[in-house]
Amino acid sequence: MKYLERRVIHAVLLLVGVSVLCFLFSDLAPGSFFDEMKLNPQISAETVAALRSQYGLDQPLPVRYGRWVKSAVRGDWGYSLAYHSPVRSLLLVRARNTLLLTALATLLAWLIAIPVGVWIASRSGKWEDRLTLAGTSVLLSVPELVVTLGLLYWVVRTHVLPAGGMISVGFDELGLWGKFRDLAAHLAIPVGVLVLAGLPVLLRHVRASMVEVLKSPFMQAARGHGIGRFRLLFRYALPAAANPLISLLGLSVAGLLSGSLLVEVIMGWPGLGPLLLEASVSRDIYVVVGAVMASTFFMILGSFLADVMLVVIDPRVRVE
Amino acid sequence: MSKRYVQRSPFSRKKFVIDALIDVDLEIAPKCMTALVGESGCGKSTLASCLVMLERPDRGGIWFEGNEVSRCDAAELAVLRPRLQMVFQDSAGALNPRFTAGQIVAEPLEIQGGESAKNLRSRAGELMEEVGLSADWIDRRPLEFSGGQRQRLAIARAIALKPAFLVLDESLSGLDLSTQAQILNLLLDLKTVHSLTYLLISHDLSLVGQIAEFVAVMHQGRIVEQGTRQEIFGQPQHAHTRDLLNSCRVMESAFHTAGGRS
Amino acid sequence: MWTPDTVPSGASPLLSVRGLTVNYSGDRQSVSALSGVSLDLAPGEIVGIVGESGSGKSTLALSILGLLPAKTSVAGSIRLHDKDLLPMDESSWRAIRGARISMIFQEPGLALSPVMRVGDQIAEVIRAHRPGSRQARKRESEALLSEVRLADAERIYQAYPHQLSGGQLHRVAIAQAVACRPGVVIADEATRSLDGTIQAEIMEVLREVNRKFGSALVFITHNPALLAGFADRVLVMYAGRIVEEGPVTEVFRRPLHPYTKGLLRLAPRYPQQAAGLAQDRLPAIPGSLTDADRLTQGCVFEPRCSARTAVCSSEFPNQATPEPGRRVSCFNYGN
Repeated sequence: MKYLERRVIHAVLLLVGVSVLCFLFSDLAPGSFFDEMKLNPQISAETVAALRSQYGLDQPLPVRYGRWVKSAVRGDWGYSLAYHSPVRSLLLVRARNTLLLTALATLLAWLIAIPVGVWIASRSGKWEDRLTLAGTSVLLSVPELVVTLGLLYWVVRTHVLPAGGMISVGFDELGLWGKFRDLAAHLAIPVGVLVLAGLPVLLRHVRASMVEVLKSPFMQAARGHGIGRFRLLFRYALPAAANPLISLLGLSVAGLLSGSLLVEVIMGWPGLGPLLLEASVSRDIYVVVGAVMASTFFMILGSFLADVMLVVIDPRVRVE
Repeated sequence: MSKRYVQRSPFSRKKFVIDALIDVDLEIAPKCMTALVGESGCGKSTLASCLVMLERPDRGGIWFEGNEVSRCDAAELAVLRPRLQMVFQDSAGALNPRFTAGQIVAEPLEIQGGESAKNLRSRAGELMEEVGLSADWIDRRPLEFSGGQRQRLAIARAIALKPAFLVLDESLSGLDLSTQAQILNLLLDLKTVHSLTYLLISHDLSLVGQIAEFVAVMHQGRIVEQGTRQEIFGQPQHAHTRDLLNSCRVMESAFHTAGGRS
Repeated sequence: MWTPDTVPSGASPLLSVRGLTVNYSGDRQSVSALSGVSLDLAPGEIVGIVGESGSGKSTLALSILGLLPAKTSVAGSIRLHDKDLLPMDESSWRAIRGARISMIFQEPGLALSPVMRVGDQIAEVIRAHRPGSRQARKRESEALLSEVRLADAERIYQAYPHQLSGGQLHRVAIAQAVACRPGVVIADEATRSLDGTIQAEIMEVLREVNRKFGSALVFITHNPALLAGFADRVLVMYAGRIVEEGPVTEVFRRPLHPYTKGLLRLAPRYPQQAAGLAQDRLPAIPGSLTDADRLTQGCVFEPRCSARTAVCSSEFPNQATPEPGRRVSCFNYGN
């Protein structure tokens, strides 16, 4: 299993490297968590210094890093100065919320991209193809921000859906079905935005890969054997076109934790994005490191998943 | 001379060891056409790559015009390379589709340096005419030519630097009968005009048998027999040579039963 | 116009092509690929078609399967058991392809999907034309693999194309082609990329399959020597037309058309006979076919012909029938 060993070692090195950089950059940025307090004339300098020493912020960088590594390995990822809670539980909740959003959006985007991409590839050059491509161009050129704000504006005016947040007030009193409906209503816009943002790229890649495969000799040969149209597309062409799409899938998984920051912040979705933003601004160092590490971990996972899937799906890759 | 390739699979401990060439001893007579015959996978292309120094053998040596080229460094090789050239099988793959015919043919001259653009262009035109292509086509791209014409382009490129030794690796496979005959005639003409030595590699014994003076037979990485055409075709010694001749015979004797040719 | 006799055995032809004319619409002008091609195919016979690049042989094969690209003008008729195939719609064609007429493509390695097991690819052809369970199809596919003399059919079934050798892939392609017992099998340069020994083996398999399953075989090649001892009749094509036709032994013994003569002179020589002197020149047919040639009013081969006379450049030679069963399109045939 030399291959797996190598991957694990690379992953560990990457995580270590990222964490070091995190600490380094946070230190390089001017100021610290307690700066605001320092400005407050009612709090004496000694109190601030005492607080800093209590949280270990007056230690030199390598010491702080060393301490963090020691406790992180044991499962204790530090303490959030702003939220007064251990980083771990904070991250887990926020990451869960983000994943709810992004996993759903990614799934939907792929579920739409594959059949539509296959279909327009088979109609390459005809009006359905041109129309869809024009649509993707429009979506690609409109920034996520504009789409989000636009939808938000519409929702505020029509009150069709909640204008932000993850759950309504009084969520806990609702029954199971009520909870589900409430969550769904809150998910609709953010998921919609993310799908619209991610769909064009996926669609174009599916189309491009399919068009390439449809030109292959084996497709004409299969047609020459009387294989039906639907089967030609989905049983013959799509598996052969899957290679580049799997890399793309890896990228989708890799971005699950990091791709939705803007939407979350604007829609007030309590995910990892707003957390990271706030923590960065207020120098809540351990939260920043924790969040970045979580994103990095997903990136590693996504890339590994893509490699494994490639071997499973494409028999030619199995013997390199 | 020996050459071994090792492939490793990422998920298991197995390695695939391929002994591409095993103890190959080959002599190529100057100013003659030598044919190297063998079925696919016998190592012919590996041998060709080693001869034109695209690969280095693991063991053994290659001597060219008295120099041991397998031990030369890059600078010495650069001097010798113009003297050994290769024409490949897949002309569509061997010619850059984005270049024009003129650029392809003049490329070796350009790399050598020292010629003006105008000179390069006229020289390219001359070379094209020499291989039977009209110089008017100098600005066409490879895919606008037929398979036979592309091989002529490849040959023009190969003789641009006035080499002494030309290796043709399955350059005639995939061409029609009449195109093959025309290209072979071209090669014979060029041989006389430029005093070339050829190594013609093919799996088709009856094709090369028509014009080669010497024949070497390869099988599974080894040279099993070599000699003059009379020796190989008249008194084949090795079992594999006889097998190859027999497989031709299967076609040919049926042909004779059908009436042969006048 | 080229009109074949009814086939000697007296049986009505299985496949009958009349006046097939195909023009591809290119970017600038249309290119004539086939011009008035007519031929008959009797049940179970093996017919060889000899042609080089530009002769239209592949266009002929694709026409019989209805696989020509969209922007192509097609005239004439192709009858299978008296039913004209050309006006059919796509779904009717799909019922014919693979089931009544099937094709073995050049380079089977490329004609098979690289990500599907080869056995499944045979099973797919069966599935497209016959109802049945997956197990039944699998069994049938394995049986077919044995028919084409592939040992260890079960293991081959599970293999992917890149794991098999050229010869094995060719046999898989043959198995696919006969899976539904079609009446006509077209082999378009099916042995082109193979070495001598394997080529002979594959042709042996084709012959066996023709005997066992009774499907007629149209064997397209650029090398006439392959047809000796293999095909019953031969048709020689040049520039989209049939220039000579006859029984293989007769045509090879006494070729009538200058092009046929030229080709046969180039066909591979018996190596041991060649143990004499090395040739310093091969008897190549001079020149090559250009697009301009096709537009001529006279004979298309005239610019390259050694037997040409004045009339050849101004008039198109109609077919002559010097003997029953032989046809040639030349003013000066036999000279």
